[in-house]
Amino acid sequence: MTTQTSTPTRTTVSASTADARKPIAWRRVALHAGCLAALLVMLYPLAWLLATSLKPANEVIASLNLLPSHLEWSNYTTALDGVNNVSVWRLLGNSLLIAGGAVVGNVLSCSLAAYAFARLRFRFRGPLFAFMIATIMLPHHAVLIPQYIIFNKLGMVNTYWPLILPKFLATEAFFVFLIVQFMRGLPRELEEAARIDGCGPFRSFFLVILPLTRPALITTAIFTFIWTWNDFFTQLIYLFSPEKFTLTLALRSFVDASSQSAFGPMFAMSVIALLPIVLFFLAFQRFLVEGMANSGIKG
Amino acid sequence: MTTTTDLPAGRARTRTATSKQPKRQREGAAWVFLSPWVLGAAVLTLLPMAVSLYLSFTDYDLFSAPHWVGLRNYTQMFTEDPRYWRSVGTTLTYVVIAVPLQLGLALVVALALKNMKRGKGFYRSAFYAPSLLGASMSVALVWRAIFNDGGTVDHLLGTGGWVNRPGWALLAVALLTVWQFGAPMVIFLAGLQQIPGELYEAAQVDGASRWRQFLSITVPMLSPVIFFNLVLQTIQAFQVFTPAFAVSAGKGGPADSTLFYTLYLYDRGFVASHMGYASAMAWVLLLVIGAVTAVLFRTSRSWVFYASEGDR
Repeated sequence: MTTQTSTPTRTTVSASTADARKPIAWRRVALHAGCLAALLVMLYPLAWLLATSLKPANEVIASLNLLPSHLEWSNYTTALDGVNNVSVWRLLGNSLLIAGGAVVGNVLSCSLAAYAFARLRFRFRGPLFAFMIATIMLPHHAVLIPQYIIFNKLGMVNTYWPLILPKFLATEAFFVFLIVQFMRGLPRELEEAARIDGCGPFRSFFLVILPLTRPALITTAIFTFIWTWNDFFTQLIYLFSPEKFTLTLALRSFVDASSQSAFGPMFAMSVIALLPIVLFFLAFQRFLVEGMANSGIKG
Repeated sequence: MTTTTDLPAGRARTRTATSKQPKRQREGAAWVFLSPWVLGAAVLTLLPMAVSLYLSFTDYDLFSAPHWVGLRNYTQMFTEDPRYWRSVGTTLTYVVIAVPLQLGLALVVALALKNMKRGKGFYRSAFYAPSLLGASMSVALVWRAIFNDGGTVDHLLGTGGWVNRPGWALLAVALLTVWQFGAPMVIFLAGLQQIPGELYEAAQVDGASRWRQFLSITVPMLSPVIFFNLVLQTIQAFQVFTPAFAVSAGKGGPADSTLFYTLYLYDRGFVASHMGYASAMAWVLLLVIGAVTAVLFRTSRSWVFYASEGDR
């Protein structure tokens, strides 16, 4: 996972020829200018979001000016009241409960399956692994309606079970694959040593392999959190009581209303809904970026 | 990528035979580890696929028993439902616009960052950030406001709001996808870093131009990664939902111009309660994605180059 750190030192060597230094310096400046300009454009929507969440109602759409004439904190107090008489704290709690449950489920079930695929021998391993890979490409919609019917028959519609339970059954094959790839990189001698010391497959999984797989597990946890947090479609079809809504679903209520006066509070709530992802991103960006970089190319 | 092939069954057997534990017991352990996945694959993947195939030949509203109608859903879809074709056209147009633009941008930025000495880590993370935020309802709402009448784009370009104009609304959604080029960019960058520098040094000695080096070294060496990104992003693009829902308040407007396939599927199944019809739509989507993936894999043989093919 730490391949990145070695590259800068190597590249400095090639640029050390004296006469080539000047044009390269100019090129470097141009490159940075280009990158920064691109970044400004890319970050504009987020700056707009933050600015608008603090604008008074009459300035929201009136001008190009990003900065509000004064900071309208009441947008946030209105947003905290929530939607449909459900406070933002409740919505936030609901979102956290679903995302947290999904994280626990995915880390547990995907690492178990991954260990079997990466390290254990069993009949039909080849075909089952191929099937698991194929389900990464399976569109969610192909299983959506029967899954809905199943959860409906179990009386679980309008509860959080349909959003959490599947994660305990390793249905997100992407993460199984990710962890398999990581486990394959661990030396086999570790388990052989553990076996000689009398560890069965379960103890060597929990005591030897799982601790070493931590980077892949953290990547799985963070991505699961963010994707579940952002998910809209599943929540839309399974939840309909306002007090069970997540932040994402509450934002949807604004979509229908869409009157300009609600703009400030709507975007204040959008900021609140994005905040956990932004914090996660700032805290774990190395894991996120490298987790993505390693997701498929180290075949 | 060709991970499935490395399990020589014969060798596996000798290994387990020499270990002290009986083979049966070790195999049993594997199935214990695998049990959550097996249960999920059976009950939440295989069974639902079979059921949705069955339902696609029925009339089903979730409340009364499914009523067999044969190919009725399919014939209605293909011959009597202009909105269906509208959603197909919208989705295909979107895929064809968004995916190449997104991957092109991702590649250009990855190439720009590749040899950067300072700030590479910073740019890499910063360009990646929208990929994580962009799938959210929050950003979709921002998008709608920016591209609405009186929004930033209206002010800057004087084109009026895009989200209220057929054709342009689709472009606005496509731009949201292009904006999220960070994930494929990060994968490209990791791929570029694995190309041995000696190849470029040798080409420089031979006097190859930068463009020539790009075409003859970078593209072939990167082709497995390009292929990986292409397949992944195409499959994802076929299933886009949240921005379409937000931009059109769930209705696919204006004039059905953002009625994406999945939005129409949701509308038929969960708003109009035509679960049979929606199941037929889901199966067509499954087949189309399968076919597109198969075609991509087939054509990949002519342009994807695996450097380490010999030792696999």
